[in-house]
Amino acid sequence: MVQIRLFEEKIGELFLAGEIPGFVHLYVGEEAIAVGVCANLGDRDCITSTHRGHGHCIAKGAEIEPMMAEIFGKQTGYCKGKGGSMHIADFSIGMLGANGVVGGGYTLAVGAALAAKLRKTDQVAVCFFGDGASNRGTFHEALNMASVWKLPAIFVCEMNEWASTTPYRTTTSVQDISVRAVGYGIPGVIVDGNDVFAVYEASKLAIERARSGGGPTLIEAKTYRIKGHYVGDPEMYRTKAEVQERFEKNDPLKNFATAVTQKMWLNARELDTIKTEAERIVARAVEDARSAPYPEEKQLFADFYIEDGVK
Amino acid sequence: MRSITFSEATLEAMTEEMTRDERVFIMGEDIVRQGGIFGQFKGLPQKFESERVRDTPISEAAIIGAGVGAALAGMRPVVDMHFVDFITVAMDEVVNQMAKIRYMFGGQCTVPIVLRAPDGITRSAAAQHSQSLEAWFMHVPGLKVVIPSNPADAKGLLKSAIRADDPVLYFEHKALFHVKGPVPEGGDYLVPIGKASVARSGRDITIVSYSFMMQRALEAADTLASQGIEAEVVDLRTISPLDKETIFSSVAKTKRLVIVHESVKVGGVGAEVAASVAEEMIDYLDAPIKRLGAPFVPIPFSPALERLVKIGVDDIVRTVREICQ
Repeated sequence: MVQIRLFEEKIGELFLAGEIPGFVHLYVGEEAIAVGVCANLGDRDCITSTHRGHGHCIAKGAEIEPMMAEIFGKQTGYCKGKGGSMHIADFSIGMLGANGVVGGGYTLAVGAALAAKLRKTDQVAVCFFGDGASNRGTFHEALNMASVWKLPAIFVCEMNEWASTTPYRTTTSVQDISVRAVGYGIPGVIVDGNDVFAVYEASKLAIERARSGGGPTLIEAKTYRIKGHYVGDPEMYRTKAEVQERFEKNDPLKNFATAVTQKMWLNARELDTIKTEAERIVARAVEDARSAPYPEEKQLFADFYIEDGVK
Repeated sequence: MRSITFSEATLEAMTEEMTRDERVFIMGEDIVRQGGIFGQFKGLPQKFESERVRDTPISEAAIIGAGVGAALAGMRPVVDMHFVDFITVAMDEVVNQMAKIRYMFGGQCTVPIVLRAPDGITRSAAAQHSQSLEAWFMHVPGLKVVIPSNPADAKGLLKSAIRADDPVLYFEHKALFHVKGPVPEGGDYLVPIGKASVARSGRDITIVSYSFMMQRALEAADTLASQGIEAEVVDLRTISPLDKETIFSSVAKTKRLVIVHESVKVGGVGAEVAASVAEEMIDYLDAPIKRLGAPFVPIPFSPALERLVKIGVDDIVRTVREICQ
């Protein structure tokens, strides 16, 4: 969680300084969801992510250096500079990619879950999506298909209350996305998305259920989008005071620190060490990304069609 | 060589490839009980375990998207689109996901999926069940697009498509399903993707066509031969990547070119072929390039109107004679 927070804050800083091309969408304030879910997954389990995907990558075990290099558009990046912030993937750990299309990940996760079922493995596929994406038609198609085929898929809604610049309550038929699970005959649960332990427990149950052939679950993790839709968003649609109040009251990192110090699992010094180490990793990744080469012109047509297409 | 229908040829390809590679499976609407809306999957559900021959909900985006996801996770799905017209409701899955994923992620993965899409005009199916939309997908980098015209190519191209690691769109004209022709037996028969064939040799004009219009083009060539014009007929078989070499070497010989397809003429495959020839070998040409395609109008229902959008043998003969004078 700390690693994600520091990574995202650094990305925001670098973007505003003009060092990063394209646009970036930050996961600040939602870290507990990716971390709580992915703590239950192994490398052979798959996830699909969103345009706000850095946190999912890190939680799934992606390395910071190639992530940073990718966001810089460098040859040493995860996708050799062809994807950028919205398209980071690491297939070696089952991270099937962030996705620039809102609601584009559901059906891919269903397919990965179907592959697991066809191969009779105990792998699962998790699809992260936002409340905005819950209004895509693919939500309906994917949840119905996953349910009717009893696929090992878990759909994790990050209810951050904002679909780009529009509040979800003005565009969404229900207060809680989780109630939509009823329409697919699957369990729908609500969890505090700012409490990593609660997310861990809820997703553990859903993942175990999926692994044992029980089919999909819809988890709605309640959180709040602390940053703008993208870095540089003037956020004319809400007040700074609202954001500040929500963040101060319910910051998943603070919640974590309070919980672990109260339980005496970690002390303040140990928490500091975690932070220092995470800072060091990010700083080194930035230095490496800055000095890494951009892709050469000959890379334009590389990694594209398989040579003759027929084997 | 034994003669079987186009439909039987595709079924043979499916059976052989599903037997050869257990990662291959098929899903789509109306496959298990119906054997496919055109009967092209009859018998498959009895031959293979039910997990591998799947009826889907009417959810085109999920059918294609799940196919892509399964391909990413190591399977080799074949998905059936029922009618190509319905691909419109899953364009994100085809254009933004299937076509882009390998490149966008720096070559980390392959997307070995085949999307089968019956297309074309048959018996007054009207505007939403008669289209030929292949040109759209020729415009999308990342896809391969094959479009056979006869049973032998139907088998060989489908097998190649299933073995390919790139995503392949396989267009099959509904009017071809019952057409019979010689088809090689045995599992090793493949037709390479990206390779056109010269279906008939001639010295006076090149007719480039594909899919069902190849039948008309070959008939027209017979008629023209009886009138003293020897047409060379090139069957594209794959439209992406386009086999320019075969087209160019034929046009270099005949110096005249007509392109024939059933889909709308405006912005069609013919436009790309014509532009390529004009760009790279206009000095060879002895006559203007001609294109025959459907007029710019939706396909009407009434047989009295539907026949007006179809290209007939006479249209091809007349056009060829015009530029061979």
